[in-house]
Amino acid sequence: MSALDRPAPEAAPRPSLPEAAPRPSLPEAAPRPLWLDAWRRFRRNKMAMAGLTFLVVLVAAAILAPWITRYGPSERIEGAYRQPPSWEHLFGTDKIGRDVFSRVLYGARVSLRIGLASTVVSVGIGLLLGAVAGFFGGIADTLIMRLTDVFLAIPYIVLAIAIVAVAGRSENSVILVLGLTGWLGLARIVRASFLSLKQLEYVEAAHALGYSRSRIMFRHILPNAVQPVIVYGTVLIGGVILSEAALSYLGVGPQEPTPAWGLMVSQGKGDLAGAFHLLLFPGGAICLTVLAFVLVGDGLRDALDPKLT
Amino acid sequence: MISYIVRRLLLIIPTIFFALSFLFALFFVLPGDPATLIAGGANRTPDPGVIERINERYGFDDPLAVQFGDYWKRTLQWDLGESFQNRRSVNEILGDKAINSVRLAIWATLIEIVFGISIGVLSAIRRYSLADKLTTAVTALASAVPVFVLGFLLQYAFAVQPNKHGWPEWMRLRTQGIGPNTWTLFFIPTGQTWRYLALPAVVLAAASTALAARMTRGSMLEVLRADYMRTARAKGLDERRVVWRHGLRNAMLPVVTLIGLDFGTVIGAAVLTEKTFSWPGLGSEIADSVISRDLPVTMGLTLVVVLAFTVVNLIVDVSYAWFDPRICLGDEGGA
Repeated sequence: MSALDRPAPEAAPRPSLPEAAPRPSLPEAAPRPLWLDAWRRFRRNKMAMAGLTFLVVLVAAAILAPWITRYGPSERIEGAYRQPPSWEHLFGTDKIGRDVFSRVLYGARVSLRIGLASTVVSVGIGLLLGAVAGFFGGIADTLIMRLTDVFLAIPYIVLAIAIVAVAGRSENSVILVLGLTGWLGLARIVRASFLSLKQLEYVEAAHALGYSRSRIMFRHILPNAVQPVIVYGTVLIGGVILSEAALSYLGVGPQEPTPAWGLMVSQGKGDLAGAFHLLLFPGGAICLTVLAFVLVGDGLRDALDPKLT
Repeated sequence: MISYIVRRLLLIIPTIFFALSFLFALFFVLPGDPATLIAGGANRTPDPGVIERINERYGFDDPLAVQFGDYWKRTLQWDLGESFQNRRSVNEILGDKAINSVRLAIWATLIEIVFGISIGVLSAIRRYSLADKLTTAVTALASAVPVFVLGFLLQYAFAVQPNKHGWPEWMRLRTQGIGPNTWTLFFIPTGQTWRYLALPAVVLAAASTALAARMTRGSMLEVLRADYMRTARAKGLDERRVVWRHGLRNAMLPVVTLIGLDFGTVIGAAVLTEKTFSWPGLGSEIADSVISRDLPVTMGLTLVVVLAFTVVNLIVDVSYAWFDPRICLGDEGGA
């Protein structure tokens, strides 16, 4: 029983019906059909499936990059400067002779790492603050909501440049920046869910059974508030990848020779007339990846909330 | 209503206070000594005597709490100080940049209103048509393109290509700077100025227009199913009147919020667009000033940006009452 008492924000999301939640001894069969249902609905959505397929391919390509391309991301090929795409160099080469295809592939690693890591940070902060604000209400709620107002008011680019100036230009400071600025919307969503869920009878029942407040918050309410978080989080990964590209473009993202997509685009900008492929391929990679996350997020929303369709 | 506005205005005060105090504190965590900066840049080693005089004059030696108090005392009197870098007064910089930012924001927002709403409504009333599917695809793509990638693409299409192939003059757009200062009625570009304005305005508007179109479509689809729409048709009103007057007005609420927030944001946060097109606005000035540790410029411009954002926000909320008379702003419970 003690394992169950642990507040478990990372526990497997169980969007079970409210009445099933307070009975951990119930057979696991109850929640599963809902996920199967959702998956069935998701599969019917062609756009979402296209996005998911793209992401699976992208992740595979990022992991298998060394076996897909012969060139390293920072390897300079003598004499091959700014070559247009060819069979030898699928996406051409850049102005110091690096293979753009392999840089885009390795860049997927950077983008996905940053996207996932900083979304995890945002979701963590957003869940915690939103849950506290929504569950306890009163002064805690006021303080947390005012805090989000303050963070909304600070231009995010100022914060980004400042953090990078302290922590240095690296992947980790980008994760920190985007993680610390991405939780605002999440906190509001989680708060709203908690506000409505805490009034339901099963929560009252849990109170009556004498469960601790943290247990009620994280074990009983959170699993039912997790659906919008999954949807928002998926879209947020795309948003983070977009912001990471923007930071790189402004010169506060990861540094050379990291093959960050945003960095590649901003290096290609001086060469629009002569080497359009330097802009097209990394730029296209950003677009497609962000688009895929948005499509999957949309698909998840429709699949998880059958009321809408 | 009045008491609602007053209460909201009072809430703005602590928000701005904490936001700016946070930034102020942040600056003292940043590496780099402001006195060295004033004495001639971070890369030189200036005379220690000079540094001492600067520290005395600007009070950098005072304890942080005293500097903090002084900062707020000056700010409350709208004495925003002068740039550490070139000694220009922040008010002057503000005047220069804010005009450009507001002009760009107005045009981007106009594009968002006109195209976002009309595209959204059209694709809602022709749901599942080819045009609707196309719109869905294009808007999804537009919200996924990084601003600067779109900017470079348009530069390539409207400036690089025309030069390469010698297209006629009227097809060529400019990609850098703000052009001649020929504005009519503050925001209408005349003469050659529109060639400079067109691309940045479109690029800045792209993502928000796509979002506005998606939101209008969704909101419209909901409204079109409502009973009062059937009633309106049953009364014998023609379809156009039903959709645009009865439908749109009710579907507008979330869209108005979005557009209002966008306008408030875009005034100070169009960094990427401004950088891509060398459009000298507030966003890029703030970014530059943080990079060069120009504290007074950062604080002064951020103050104005935050003020603009919160005031626009308030106006948006108040305008709810006009769009939906059922909303009663005064009392807590709502109607």
